[in-house]
Amino acid sequence: MTIVEEVEALRRIPYFATMDPAKLKLLAFTSHRFSLPAGGVLCREGEPGDAAYIVMEGDADVIVTTEDGRRVVVATVPKNTFIGEMAVLRNVPRTATVVASSPLTALKVGKDAFFQLLRDVPQFALELMRELAERLEDTTVQLRDARAKIEAGGQD
Amino acid sequence: MERRLFTYIWRHSFGEQLRVLALILLSLPFYFVSLNLPKLIVNGPIQGDGFADGASRTYFSVPLPDWLGGGHLFPGLSLDQMSALFALSFTFLGLVCVNGLFKYRINVMKGRMGERLLRRLRYELVDRILRFYPQRLRRVKPAEISSMVKDEVEPLGGFVGEAFATPAYLGGQALTAVIFIVLQNPLLGAIAVGIVSIQAFVIPYLRRPILALGRQRQLTARELSGRVGEIVDAAADIQANDTSNWERADITRRLGRIYDIRFEIYRRKFFVKFLNNFLAQVTPFFFYAVGGYFAIKGQLSIGQLVAVIAAYKDLPGPIKELLDWYLEKQDAQIKYEQVVEQFRADRLIDPAAHAPGDYAPLANEVEVREATVADETGARLLDAVSFAFGVTQHVAFVGPPGGGKEAAAALIARQMSVRSGTVVIGGQPIEGLPQSATGRRIAYVGQDAYVFGASLRDNLLYGIRNEPRCAAAHVGPALALAEARRLEDGLAGNAPFDIEADWLDYKALGIEGPAGVDWALMGVVTLAGLEADVFRFGLQGRFDPEEAPAVTERLLKARQLFKEREMTGDVDVVEPFDAALYNAQATIGENLLFGVAIGQTYAPQNLAQNRTVKHLLEESGLDAQLFTLGRGIAETMVEIFRGLPPDHPFFAQFSFIAAAELPLFETLLARLDAGQTVTPDQRARMIGLAFSYSEARHRLGLLDDEMRAKLLNVRRLFHERLPQHERAKIAFYDAAEYNEAASVEDNILFGRVVYGVPNAQARIEQILAEVIAELGLKDDIARIGLGFPCGAAGKRLAPSQRQRLALARALVKNPDLLVVNGALAVLDPSAQNEILKRVLTARTGRGVIWTLAPGQDASAFDNVVGFEGGRLAGAA
Repeated sequence: MTIVEEVEALRRIPYFATMDPAKLKLLAFTSHRFSLPAGGVLCREGEPGDAAYIVMEGDADVIVTTEDGRRVVVATVPKNTFIGEMAVLRNVPRTATVVASSPLTALKVGKDAFFQLLRDVPQFALELMRELAERLEDTTVQLRDARAKIEAGGQD
Repeated sequence: MERRLFTYIWRHSFGEQLRVLALILLSLPFYFVSLNLPKLIVNGPIQGDGFADGASRTYFSVPLPDWLGGGHLFPGLSLDQMSALFALSFTFLGLVCVNGLFKYRINVMKGRMGERLLRRLRYELVDRILRFYPQRLRRVKPAEISSMVKDEVEPLGGFVGEAFATPAYLGGQALTAVIFIVLQNPLLGAIAVGIVSIQAFVIPYLRRPILALGRQRQLTARELSGRVGEIVDAAADIQANDTSNWERADITRRLGRIYDIRFEIYRRKFFVKFLNNFLAQVTPFFFYAVGGYFAIKGQLSIGQLVAVIAAYKDLPGPIKELLDWYLEKQDAQIKYEQVVEQFRADRLIDPAAHAPGDYAPLANEVEVREATVADETGARLLDAVSFAFGVTQHVAFVGPPGGGKEAAAALIARQMSVRSGTVVIGGQPIEGLPQSATGRRIAYVGQDAYVFGASLRDNLLYGIRNEPRCAAAHVGPALALAEARRLEDGLAGNAPFDIEADWLDYKALGIEGPAGVDWALMGVVTLAGLEADVFRFGLQGRFDPEEAPAVTERLLKARQLFKEREMTGDVDVVEPFDAALYNAQATIGENLLFGVAIGQTYAPQNLAQNRTVKHLLEESGLDAQLFTLGRGIAETMVEIFRGLPPDHPFFAQFSFIAAAELPLFETLLARLDAGQTVTPDQRARMIGLAFSYSEARHRLGLLDDEMRAKLLNVRRLFHERLPQHERAKIAFYDAAEYNEAASVEDNILFGRVVYGVPNAQARIEQILAEVIAELGLKDDIARIGLGFPCGAAGKRLAPSQRQRLALARALVKNPDLLVVNGALAVLDPSAQNEILKRVLTARTGRGVIWTLAPGQDASAFDNVVGFEGGRLAGAA
């Protein structure tokens, strides 16, 4: 896969859909592409968050270790997804492990390049904010539901 | 230092000056005779006076003055006309030689005198910098002061030789010539004297403003150099504040001022020159007219006229030089005064405080009595503070930032001085202690310790190079050379220390001699938590295989072992170098060279211009293909980097093309698109881009198998055809040989890291660590790491590494009292605590003062002193 193909793949990701092609090429060029077999670990819980990833081929599971040590798949990552940006943004360790569930190709966007991109491409920053806002919205909804459930349970 | 330049010169060189003066005096009679000879030759043998009818005349008689009884010392020779002509002519030739030799000898002596005094002056200036108190140093602009030592005093050196000798020599010569002319004909003499007087009085008058301008020029130029230095230092802040245009305006104004001054100088200078030339050329007019008149009238012989003109021809030279000397004198005096003014200080450190010699270990107590310390603004950092503790205790200084703990720590290490009160160590006020006490028995680490532009090892050893401990062992011719050098150093009043001697204080390191130095340093480096960095530097460092064959052998063994281990993994993380295969992870250039360039000839950036390479590419037809490839790269680079500001970090990290060259490639591409041709140089640039390309890494889809096969063929041909004398310029990859031009890590890996394998780096590091541990190479690699060059002002080190290094350097001294004053501030708190713990354990029974950040645990200390608002917050 060449840069040109990578750029085409990137376009399919909502984050990057509206970005200038030259900027996308720059993103691809400054990233590191790699492949993983099924079962390969993309990133591990507790490791420093030094990069974000763009899954371009294949899909992956997001696994969290619960307090009692069980490993629970909390989400699946389909292709054309941008992941791992939270740990980079907040400069905290990874909160989950991501394992390839089929052979996977991804771009690794280093921390420096990620921040540089945020600074240089306002569209990207906006898209990121929109995405985070959506996630917050989802979480809020979930929290409200959970609370409602607890309160309902408490009245029992 | 003496206020007046002449006093300074006379004081430091009167012996030599007197010798030169004596030589000048000795030379004048010969000069006079050489002026007189032309007259004798023309009047005598040439015109035939007194040789009528084959008569002979007596020459070379040396009469004795009457007061010595009269008569002749040498009766002289009786010569006929022809013999007289040749005898006199050859005498003239002899005198020319003698005068020339005098001049040569005098010049050499003057030059030596000047160089010695320049050397002394520069040395004294630097010596003063070394003796400035810290407060005085804060007012110094480094760029200005170094330009003074380097450039501004330089003309003074030239002047020293001239100071006394020139007026004596030229004045003597001019006077001789004038006397000679007057003796021939008083009127001609009067004319000569008159014109010379105009030159001597009017021209200096006209030149005086030029001197004043010269002084201004010097000042403005010095300010400019200071400003340029400031711009370089503040570059980041200028960018951050978008004030580059303000700086441009400032520089423009300064340059304009310098231009005005310089132009004015030129204008005036050339007018003076014009006047000077005019006067010089108008004199012969008088000589021809007036002298000719007397000659025709018979009152002056032709010989005399010729001699007068010859003597006059010699006159403007000395006079002009004398005038130049006068100006130079003025100029030199001004320069000297200005330089001395800059180096003036109310108080200098007493030279005795810098005298070599070890100081007895510190004992008893450190007592701070009623000490008040203020900064430049007068704000009190410490206010009449008193406390005491044992020299061997571990003491923590705590309190809020700026509350006084920092000033107290600096005060005890004599980094600051008290306004009132005293600090006493072992019963001695520290003001009076020599630097061998404060600099060797105490080690101070501040927040911004300076890292020298030397190797890590030299930086670590810096604190124990206090005085020559063991003279350098010179033998044979080197010994004589060293002796001569020492003598010359002394004559110029320079330092009596030999830089080639062994200065290291091995006792401080706890070892006997040079053999254990690296080992001892590694211990200290580990204490400061720098060992992992040193090890990394070692892996990235170069190693000379001849230096330690045993290590080389083990490194080669490590290469083999690494390969074996690497092969056991599921995926390859390193693609090994193989002479028969194209290495997909390496660039095209690396694949072609299949080795590492030594020096510039075959360096990657020069490869495309290399004749051998060029020829091979053309022969194989790869030339056109690589050009197309380079063009593809250029197109992509221009496309993606065009919009970025030139100082964007991506250029350095990722771009094939430097920001400054991007427009050039842009035009080049436009030309190509328009179907225009490019020059061979531009063509080579495009191919140069191709040489940095690796398909695996850059993924532009430009390299195919056919090209790879061709490149392998070119590699083979290149190795075959490379001339013998060029082979030393490339270290070829050879599985059985250590490659001295590649880093230690590259030598062990012997290949390129495979792209696109996640965690390849982690796996490589793991195998590397195993292999190195197994073969016991760790110490050897760390030793290579100690040779890591830190870069100017330690710029190649990260701030945290610099701070660790500064602490390690203090520990190397093994001081009685270690003062750590916010020295690890850039490290995270847990790292700081780890180092603190290790250092305190290592220094059990030896004094430590450590300023702690708020919240840091002080339980490991014997004693805690709290500061707040410049006062004690209650000692525990």
